[in-house]
Amino acid sequence: MAPDQFISSQDVVHLENVCVRYRVPTDRIGTFKEYLIRTMKRQIQMRTFWAVNDISLNVRQGEVFGLIGDNGAGKSTLLKVVARVLRPTKGRVVVRGRVAPLLEMGAGFHMELTGKENIFLNGALLGYSRGQMQEKYQQIVDFSELEQFIEAPIRTYSTGMYARLGFSVATAHEPDILIVDEILGVGDESFQQKCAERISQFRQNGTSILLVSHSMDSIQSMCQRAAWLDHGKLMAIGEPAEVIQAYREKGH
Amino acid sequence: MVKFPNSLDIPSKHMQPTPYYDSAQLVPHALQELKEAFKYRYLLFQLVRRDLLTRYKRSFLGVAWTMLNPLGTMIILSVVFSRIFGQTATYPAFVLTGLMAWNFFFQATNQAMSSLVWGGGLLQRIYIPRSSFGLSAIGSGLVNLALSFVPLVLVMLVVGAPMRTTILFLPVSTFFLACFALGVGLGLSTLAVYFPDVAEMYAVLLTAWMYLTPIIYPENIIPANYQWLIHINPMYYLVKLWRLPLYDGKWPAWGDIWPAAAIGIVTLLVGWFIFTSKSDEFAYRV
Repeated sequence: MAPDQFISSQDVVHLENVCVRYRVPTDRIGTFKEYLIRTMKRQIQMRTFWAVNDISLNVRQGEVFGLIGDNGAGKSTLLKVVARVLRPTKGRVVVRGRVAPLLEMGAGFHMELTGKENIFLNGALLGYSRGQMQEKYQQIVDFSELEQFIEAPIRTYSTGMYARLGFSVATAHEPDILIVDEILGVGDESFQQKCAERISQFRQNGTSILLVSHSMDSIQSMCQRAAWLDHGKLMAIGEPAEVIQAYREKGH
Repeated sequence: MVKFPNSLDIPSKHMQPTPYYDSAQLVPHALQELKEAFKYRYLLFQLVRRDLLTRYKRSFLGVAWTMLNPLGTMIILSVVFSRIFGQTATYPAFVLTGLMAWNFFFQATNQAMSSLVWGGGLLQRIYIPRSSFGLSAIGSGLVNLALSFVPLVLVMLVVGAPMRTTILFLPVSTFFLACFALGVGLGLSTLAVYFPDVAEMYAVLLTAWMYLTPIIYPENIIPANYQWLIHINPMYYLVKLWRLPLYDGKWPAWGDIWPAAAIGIVTLLVGWFIFTSKSDEFAYRV
């Protein structure tokens, strides 16, 4: 690919020959003592494994970009690279704009704290300031429909309530890039409807969406472009219909 | 390398400048982490708040434990040791001031380590500055340290140890102590990510370390030929700088200040560099 293709100001995510290597010791070395002994004997063997291998792609502003592939193909690893959780071993990642990862909603929620306290804690974990959280607080509570439980510790919440709160905080601020791992199954049907509406609202306002799904139907219907990953390598990229076709022809 | 326009034509949805992340930016990790930690300062506040809230929420005496804990140790030590070490009536105040500094160091380093290992699951899921855990451990420690002044003032009144204006120097002592604790905490948590048993080894080491530091005994009871043992101990200088203005009521001399300052700052720098040079791997390992 010519480098010129990357310079487009339309791109919000730019991956350039991205590689992610996991290094796993062949046998788990649990203790420091064992490590010292083995280092002296030169017995530590690392198995290296490329979860993402030399992937270059761009996500344009406002588009819905799908990622497909078998389990272990590197899709989630790639999302983590975009979300800054992992730094690429080789290659370059450029992300312009605020990223909202809908990967782990409610990550960092503390069971003993109240819903309200968790909203502010979770917001801080997502990188928002006090002012930004105060501004959106009421809206988060309203959206989650948890007004009457907001002063109760969230260990008393049901799974659905927990997920609703997580989604509400994660999407309180309109992101430039939304990262979605699998289509959301948050709460009951009416709440799922609300989530879908909020996401499509984001889209209309120009948010780009990076979506991983095993459902070819949703990739086909939602995405403008798609990419197929296999064992960390980029196999095909382009029109969703064509990429899905290529994926299926390989016997998936 | 391809030049990438930093300011973009995409209309930003926020009032602030659009965040921009480039993994190939040639900023040293140590500096980058500092910038990020500052950007996430509200997170720091929230993490400290979470630590304090959760520690006290389900306990009946709540925040009083922070004050009772050192007080209890002090009473035991006073009963047991005042005959041996303390010819003075102010021995309880002597022990308590030493314990405050030591407990701060003990808690902050342990918490920095355990919160990175146990709370590390977060690092695999979302991006946060990796130093947030270590920094918040220091933050919680400082709040607890401030609270422990309540029993200290009481004890000083009871045993008749005077509070002097030299106490104004204490923020400086605390700063160097906090630097040292952060440096050690970051270094240890880097190790603990790779080797879980570091936490246990450290617990053993801490006990020995405490008895080697003049916390519960005055330094002059150490025989002259063993004095070197105290002088190679970094905590000796930090505890001394802490106790001088608080217990002895003396303004520290330059000779007391510079060793503590050097130990604090150098340890922090070394710890920070070790931590940030490895922190990109944490998400794979914890």
